[in-house]
Amino acid sequence: MKKIKRVYVWEIPVRFYHWLNFLSVTTLAVTGYLIGSPLAIQNSAEASFSYWFGTLRFVHFVAAFVFFFNFLFRIYWGFAGNKYANWKSFIPLSSKAWKEMLEVLKLDIFLRKGKPLRSTGHNALAGLTYFITFLAFLFQSVTGFGMYSAMSNSFFPKLFAWIVPLMGGDFAVRQWHHAMMWVFVIFAIVHVYLVFYHDYVEGRGIISSMGGGWKFVEKKD
Amino acid sequence: MSEVPTIYEHMRMKGYSRRDFLKFCAWITAFMGVEASGLGKVVRAMETKPRLPVVWFHFQECTCCSESFIRSSHPIVADIILDKISLDYTETLQAAAGFQAEEALHQTMKKYKGQYLMLVEGSVPLGEDGVFCCIGGRTALDIVKEAAAGAKAIIAWGSCASNGCIQAARPNPTQATPVHKIITDKPIINVPGCPPIAEVMAGTIVHLLAFDRIPQLDGLGRPKAFYSRRVHDTCYRRPNYDAGLFVESFDDENARRGYCLYKMGCRGPVTYNSCGVIKWNNGVSYPIQSGHPCIGCSEESFWDNGPFYQHLASFPGFGIETTADDIGLAVGAVTVAGIAAHAITTNIKRKNLINQEIAESKKEGGE
Ligand code: HEM
Ligand code: SF4
Repeated sequence: MKKIKRVYVWEIPVRFYHWLNFLSVTTLAVTGYLIGSPLAIQNSAEASFSYWFGTLRFVHFVAAFVFFFNFLFRIYWGFAGNKYANWKSFIPLSSKAWKEMLEVLKLDIFLRKGKPLRSTGHNALAGLTYFITFLAFLFQSVTGFGMYSAMSNSFFPKLFAWIVPLMGGDFAVRQWHHAMMWVFVIFAIVHVYLVFYHDYVEGRGIISSMGGGWKFVEKKD
Repeated sequence: MSEVPTIYEHMRMKGYSRRDFLKFCAWITAFMGVEASGLGKVVRAMETKPRLPVVWFHFQECTCCSESFIRSSHPIVADIILDKISLDYTETLQAAAGFQAEEALHQTMKKYKGQYLMLVEGSVPLGEDGVFCCIGGRTALDIVKEAAAGAKAIIAWGSCASNGCIQAARPNPTQATPVHKIITDKPIINVPGCPPIAEVMAGTIVHLLAFDRIPQLDGLGRPKAFYSRRVHDTCYRRPNYDAGLFVESFDDENARRGYCLYKMGCRGPVTYNSCGVIKWNNGVSYPIQSGHPCIGCSEESFWDNGPFYQHLASFPGFGIETTADDIGLAVGAVTVAGIAAHAITTNIKRKNLINQEIAESKKEGGE
């Protein structure tokens, strides 16, 4: 008979980060998409009476700052937090991690049940995937603030101005910033599905773990 | 009069009054973005400095930069700066030809070694050892290298010389290359645009003349005075942009009302230039004022960033009309379909297993 115990996996800062990230990325993707293809609002009012596109961009920029500093905070927590939040759990350093990845792939793609997954925090494949999304966060932040530096006198966005000459100009920066949005969209779809899937096949409470912080694992006798 | 006449003296000889001279200085100083107190410096420099020897090369280009320059709204620009004072060599305007022209060039390069200003119009082909552009039997590459060695500074006129322009558009058969990628040990000022605005060209030269140093440059080597703001930042249609009022097609009501051209592919938001401020042809108009979106002619690869009338460019490698959005949407659809298939298969394949586990858990729960 299986014995189950509870483990406190995701501390409050991790959960706070996760949901703030969810909110800001969603806001950024929606407002960003609309910046790229604005709705056709036909009205005969004078321009001085409305400012919706300006507001839309403003929301994008506010969300961008929230997103960026939240991301920085998460990096910090990768050093300060518990072992499940540690930066090492994102990078497959051991052969054990690579073996686990294989197991996860078998489970996810071939729907085969191998040995039960041992990781309590992220499984190795999820960890690596999140690491790649962190790189995407970085890319989006650098290109975003790089573009933003053209419309700001503040020192902070100017720190990113180097990306513009590097990519050959604002147009290229904008194109890649836009294209990268789709990486976020696709990631979100797959991520949400896989969380449901693993909750279903593993029965360890992975969905609720990002709410209350607890996961359920088999007790070793 | 000094032995080598100064610019001011040249102007007087040409019949310009002192008043004309001062007006010109004030005008060009304002364009250069130098503060009012800098005017004295400009005037003084013009009064005391001898002519600056200049050689102007034409390589892979269409001469639109020269055309733009000689059409400057101020007569003194063409008359004095270009024609009478400084130009020791330029294929387009000089009277000499053939051997004489080459002779003049070499004289200047020898006599003023380390002092002359080198202006380059056009890109330099590197393919096939550079045979795509030869003058007097020598390749552009050869000439650029030789001339640059003795130049004080280089100005790259126009998009060809500063970022390659149409010759460098994919697939760039001649390997057209901008000057700054060939010469790396000299100060180079990029003055992009197809063509650049005449006043921007004149302002750049006068800055060098008056202050004897390179104007402040941005990350892409462009003078900040003219290229620090986007066309979009100084566009008079900007209130329509902020209000979300866009032209949807060239013949709609919105176009007539003068709404923003963003959705018609306007490159104003990604293009650094002074068109909105200085404008063209004596400040008469500029593309956006005439109802046409900016095509970003002063930005690198603007020919490849097409189609012009579309906000998003076609995605590299996916055909002309395919944008990042089309690809993203397609990948998204495939993902969703894959997930649906996965979910169904999971339930079929693992039904027994799950049922077994449900039964087990019931037992464990002691129900
Ligand atoms: C998840 C992260 C983000 C996503 C999905 C996203 C998405 C987008 C998209 C799709 C666009 C429209 C591009 C176009 O014109 O076609 C855009 C524009 C822009 N984004 Fe982001 N973005 C993100 C993060 C950021 C960040 C961190 C910044 C930093 C300030 C930023 C700044 C900008 C700027 C300046 C623009 C151009 C807006 C304009 O000039 O009108 N973005 N974004
Ligand atoms: S017309 Fe072009 S430059 Fe002018 S506000 Fe619209 S997008 Fe900007």
